[in-house]
Amino acid sequence: MLDNVDKGEIMSDLESFRHEVRDWLEASCPEEMRQPMESEADAVWGGKKGQYSKPQLLWLERMASKGWTVPEWPTEYGGGGLTKEEAKVLRSEMQRIKARSPLQSFGIWMLGPALLKYGTHEQKLEHLPPIARGEIRWAQGYSEPNAGSDLAALMTKCEDKGDHYLINGQKIWTSYADQADWIFALVRTDFEAKKHEGISFILVDMDQPGVTTKPIKLISGKSPFCETFFDDAKADKRQVVGELNKGWSVAKYLLTHEREMIGGMGSGAMRPAGDVAVQMLGKDENGRLADPFLRTDVVRMEIDGLAFMSTMERVADEAKAGQGTGANSSVLKYYGTELNKRRLELMMDSAGQDGLEWGADDDVAASWLRTKGNSIEGGTSEVQLNIISKRILELPSA
Amino acid sequence: MAMVLNEEAGMLKDAARGFLADSAPVAQLRKLRDTDSADGFDRKTWAAMAEMGWTSVLVPEDQGGVEMGHVAAGVIAEEMGRTLTASPFLSTAIMGATALTRFGSDGQKSEWLPRIAAGEAITAIAVDEGRKHNPSSVATKAERSGNGFKLSGRKSFVVEGHVADMMIVSARTAGSEAEAEGVSLFLVPIDAAGLTVDRIKTVDSRNFATVTLDGVEVTADAVLGEVDGGLAALEAVLDAGRAGLSAEMSGSAQQCLESTVGYIKERKQFGQIIGSFQALQHRAAHLYSEVELGKSIVLKALQTLDAAPDHAAMMVSAAKSKLGQVAQLAAQEGVQMHGGMGMTDEFDIGFFMKRVRVAEALYGDANYHAEKFARMRNY
Repeated sequence: MLDNVDKGEIMSDLESFRHEVRDWLEASCPEEMRQPMESEADAVWGGKKGQYSKPQLLWLERMASKGWTVPEWPTEYGGGGLTKEEAKVLRSEMQRIKARSPLQSFGIWMLGPALLKYGTHEQKLEHLPPIARGEIRWAQGYSEPNAGSDLAALMTKCEDKGDHYLINGQKIWTSYADQADWIFALVRTDFEAKKHEGISFILVDMDQPGVTTKPIKLISGKSPFCETFFDDAKADKRQVVGELNKGWSVAKYLLTHEREMIGGMGSGAMRPAGDVAVQMLGKDENGRLADPFLRTDVVRMEIDGLAFMSTMERVADEAKAGQGTGANSSVLKYYGTELNKRRLELMMDSAGQDGLEWGADDDVAASWLRTKGNSIEGGTSEVQLNIISKRILELPSA
Repeated sequence: MAMVLNEEAGMLKDAARGFLADSAPVAQLRKLRDTDSADGFDRKTWAAMAEMGWTSVLVPEDQGGVEMGHVAAGVIAEEMGRTLTASPFLSTAIMGATALTRFGSDGQKSEWLPRIAAGEAITAIAVDEGRKHNPSSVATKAERSGNGFKLSGRKSFVVEGHVADMMIVSARTAGSEAEAEGVSLFLVPIDAAGLTVDRIKTVDSRNFATVTLDGVEVTADAVLGEVDGGLAALEAVLDAGRAGLSAEMSGSAQQCLESTVGYIKERKQFGQIIGSFQALQHRAAHLYSEVELGKSIVLKALQTLDAAPDHAAMMVSAAKSKLGQVAQLAAQEGVQMHGGMGMTDEFDIGFFMKRVRVAEALYGDANYHAEKFARMRNY
């Protein structure tokens, strides 16, 4: 009985929180921010170099003032201090009015979780609030020309110069590095140690002469990735996260967040592939999508998509309940990206010859080509299968 | 609803796994096959299941059941899929109980549900007539006769038909063969005059029968649900069965994966454990991913059946379609990775391949449910 009373009270607390959120969102979310995003340009990434519209900035500022750009982070670090249940309420209320996410951010998705786990109180105070407010945009400096899938082979050199670190080397595939203010990077601090044991995780201000970036033009025609060069770049001694030479643990932890982020990308608020195909190609006299082979591919993909979404949900709920395994992020990364590639292949099939046009901002062809990178970035599909083999199935090494 | 088992279902799962591993492992099915068992299942095991409350998992408390819901029923079915346990659980505890609980009259409920709950009655669903599952294609006729009906026709592939005490039979009371309207359901006791049951042997060594109805007379009280409007009820009963079969296939797929991974960790060729070869590792890891997706969609379908049974059809079709593919992939990869040993009768993996082929075909194969899913998604 007591149990029921408690549950009742919790429910009513959550319900009053829901009303509070609903009223606040109604009053605070600008009308323009309730429209679906049309293109990349509609996404707000923050940072010193970003150019955004008035409603975009207003929405970001209002959400940040509540700590709701990062609802579950502690309030002292700029978060909302919400419980998982309250954050869920916030998300569902935002969905209800179709409110856009106020801020996209590698700081939120990747660095934040790593800092919360491995950072000192001072590091958290210095870096988390500007991330939450969208003031500082972060880039990720992991891969190097000779350290791709074999990430731990990285050679960017970081030397202790007494009062600071000196960094020399090159990173590649740094997403939006040309737009970023700071970079979290993996560097080698011990060249004598075994390859996983001489790596450190360091935070570097990109606003200095020693750091330069150069965009890489991709097959999609776009340049979301850069090369980033360190030539005698400096970093303060306090910017190493976790222990010196123990950066690989931080890197791996962060990668599990990155994998889930990339794996989940294909599952968001996209129009169902079946609806798109019908709109493009119409139906036959029996009410079926006019192209029977495409219809088969679409339905298989949609069923797999539903199973994938259910798996995302299950993995999250299991983590909350203290069950499950962290290595499941590799399943989500592997399956989600392969699924997204399938989805865009079907979009191209549905669009037909019209889909082959090139040049506009919202070309389906550009999106199609972009997805080919999903199963490469953040650890290739083959690397994910290796991780599943070793960590989950415990198969032996050759 | 959180996608984790609650404490009660978690305990049921542990208990079921322990019981089935001890009392009804694959060796039991092997023995039933090799001794050409007349029942095709072990009555002692069935009685023990009833004692543990498994037969009453979907029976309401006021009819002597424990009414734990479809997630719990699925947990049991999943564990049975791991051991390939032969029993009338699907036809009786899932489908029979669902049919009577949701659509039975008070009289029908009190006649059958307490006996189902106690493990004293076995029920079967006689639905299909052709080569492929198609519940709306009904040629079996039910003609009005006195204050009742007279049933004539032939039903194929009736699960547990040869051991059933009562059969739920779909028959046409109006309309032409492929129409949705005009189908009615009848409760037919096994000793009814004119009813002939012929057991058929199937590849999975389980229990199916062909049922012939030659002017079988039933009273008006035998109608389950509404006259002419039985198809919707039948679909609901089938969906409960399809979800149960999906859970069973999920258990079988998990077991195939685990046995196969276990085997490639032991087997040596070229002086190496074959599980160290990346060619096999990636296949196993892909299979693991598919099996994980299968587990999720099954749980989703079962939860939807409990929370909103009238809106579960799409999720159930997604689950049945997906698991049909996942379980077959698991069995096929299992046999391949077991190499020559996978082709032997001595190894269990072949039993799994045979059973999932049958479970996949039963009540609509992967293609049938993909088609149904596309229809429901309006393309």
